[in-house]
Amino acid sequence: MIYVHAFLFAGLVCLIGQMILDNTTLTAGHVTTIFVILGAFLDTFSIYDKFVLWAGGGALVPITSFGHLLIHGALEKANEFGLIGLAMGMFDLTSSGIISAIVISFFLSLIFNPKD
Amino acid sequence: MEKSRYQKLVKKYKPKENRLFNGMMAFLVGGIMGMIGQFLVEFYATNLEISTKEAGTFMIITLIFIGCLLTCFKFFDKWVHFAKAGLFVPITGFAHAMMSAALDYKKEGMVTGLGASMFKLTGSVIIFGVVSAYVFGLIRILLFGGTI
Repeated sequence: MIYVHAFLFAGLVCLIGQMILDNTTLTAGHVTTIFVILGAFLDTFSIYDKFVLWAGGGALVPITSFGHLLIHGALEKANEFGLIGLAMGMFDLTSSGIISAIVISFFLSLIFNPKD
Repeated sequence: MEKSRYQKLVKKYKPKENRLFNGMMAFLVGGIMGMIGQFLVEFYATNLEISTKEAGTFMIITLIFIGCLLTCFKFFDKWVHFAKAGLFVPITGFAHAMMSAALDYKKEGMVTGLGASMFKLTGSVIIFGVVSAYVFGLIRILLFGGTI
């Protein structure tokens, strides 16, 4: 059943993105940025956590989960250390994704050439 | 030519996009990406005997690797043409943007090209994500207390 939920959630997020793209002059970069801000906003009051429980991996795949993970780590550390914790824990959960993206694309760009 | 008439002409000859078809494709491909994510989470959680949270991290790294590799083999650009938002809203779009920036600017040198321009496309996602998360975090802590 969780597979159906994952399909519905990830599909709906992508559908909203496509609708924004088709009906306005915004580009793909705008859409992903809007979704990251939206994810951070939804997790401010732990709404996105409920989506993750409901849809499992389906809620982690769209870029909204990036914003969710940013503020999740920040609030976790802030509970421990106060305001300064916001800055300490911001990348706690997302660093794995960013670091692996940097390292993988660095080494692959050494091997492959761009298309002409 | 008058401005309004010109705009009318531009509108007439702009290629019409089939919005319904685009939406359906985005929904379908995005949904399948979500199912792949859920499958990978369960796969890692059972086979490597780790918690679901760790398995989520493994899943994201796997998808980033697949996205980078497909960009290198030039499949990704063709598929984005059909799937559109279905492929760049998931985390693979993040990997694709970073990988194509790295490939494109490689010819300008290692430091001034690759190093300086790798975040050219993904930078906005990280900057706005961090700034918005910081502001929302401040609001939540100052106005509502740390734990709810």
